[in-house]
Amino acid sequence: MQVTMTVNGVEVTREVEPRRLLVHFIREDLRLTGTHWGCDTSNCGVCVVLVDGTPVKSCTMLAASAGGHEVRTVEGLEQGGKLDPIQDAFMEKHGLQCGFCTPGMMLTSRALLDANPDPSEDEIREAISGQICRCTGYSTIVRSVRWAAEQEQKARDGESAAGSTADEGTHETADHERAGATA
Amino acid sequence: MQTPAPFEYARATSIDDALRLLAEGGEDAYLLAGGHSLLPMAKLRLARPELLIDINDLTDLSYIRRDGDWLAIGALTRHAELLASGEVGELFQLAHDAERVIADPVVRNRGTIGGSLCQADPAEDLSTVCDVVGAEVVIRGRGSERTIPVTDLHAGPYETTLARGEMLTEVRWPIHARTSSAYEKVERRVGDWAVTAAGASVTLGSDGTIVDASIGLTAVGVQGTIDAARDALVGQQPSEQVFAAAAQAAAAASRPSDDTRGTAEYKRHLADELSRRVLRRAAERAASGS
Repeated sequence: MQVTMTVNGVEVTREVEPRRLLVHFIREDLRLTGTHWGCDTSNCGVCVVLVDGTPVKSCTMLAASAGGHEVRTVEGLEQGGKLDPIQDAFMEKHGLQCGFCTPGMMLTSRALLDANPDPSEDEIREAISGQICRCTGYSTIVRSVRWAAEQEQKARDGESAAGSTADEGTHETADHERAGATA
Repeated sequence: MQTPAPFEYARATSIDDALRLLAEGGEDAYLLAGGHSLLPMAKLRLARPELLIDINDLTDLSYIRRDGDWLAIGALTRHAELLASGEVGELFQLAHDAERVIADPVVRNRGTIGGSLCQADPAEDLSTVCDVVGAEVVIRGRGSERTIPVTDLHAGPYETTLARGEMLTEVRWPIHARTSSAYEKVERRVGDWAVTAAGASVTLGSDGTIVDASIGLTAVGVQGTIDAARDALVGQQPSEQVFAAAAQAAAAASRPSDDTRGTAEYKRHLADELSRRVLRRAAERAASGS
């Protein structure tokens, strides 16, 4: 059967078997291998993508069911050569080590911040509770999401106070954190 | 890689279209809602659908609305939508207690109430919720519609009384005054199925007496609510002794089995303890009017 959907803003059409799972459609048919494939049983969450802005485990959704919908993968976080604040955050706060869970973690975090720009630590932990990380103990992921929330708040404040020096402050914080983390 | 056996796929454009496809699809045509039970089972070849009828476009099956003394919930309503509904949380506190511990937030974005009930998994939390509140379900076929108590929907583990060609379209929860409820489950890890869970609903009279109550248990071999537990509660003032008697009656009615989640003895202990906790919390909520 033929399936057409929008992936990271681009309309794609492919011939697929009806049983094709969305994760394999993304990875193998579209060659977007940033979406990982893990447990295959909707437990681990490494395959999370956004469908119409909502986090979904793509190992447990048919590609056919995504037809007509908007899919966003980790490759779609970067916009116009600029990383999403959540991507900057995972670097700044060491939100990853091996990186296997990272794409799913970042997409769920992106959806969380879009719905709730100022989440508490508990709300962040709840949001990512369907996703497993075996490296970080989650602490640095939670810190990353908080950091991204704060950066986005500063950016919004900067926009409302045109010509402010908010951007400069952001970089100072980042450099300080980087030095502290590697010390 | 786990891949389902090949099947045909059709996307229903209306309820009537879904019913037509079901009727024409025969024995091995299945409705695909959230897919978080059916697709894993198809991957393991425990389910071998010949035709999957995707009903995710049927937005007219996705709603939560007040209908007189009932809360009507469309079959395609997702777990996340139930949890986000203030009306559900206010009127049926046990449903929010349960939803917070059903799978995880990402799974809850897909899974639906209709799918959960039709999967008829003995460990399904929403089945117990529906039993405890005295839910009814609306079942449609081609040119037919019937409403039955949810206890008549479930025939046994993974088995419903739906006839071929029928679909569940709505779940109805009766709204009672001075009634509150609670649900609690013990799971091995976040998002897992229950080792054991309990749900209770308590209605208090104006003098504080329990005038109606129900207790249901999850994953311990009990379908429907437990009459002996209700009998221990009705006409009594809420107290620890009354809750203990009802909880013991509930645990005595359970038929757990040993498995990887625990021994039957442990689950029976949980049935007793969790019943006490949900009764206590439901009665507190009813007394405070929350």
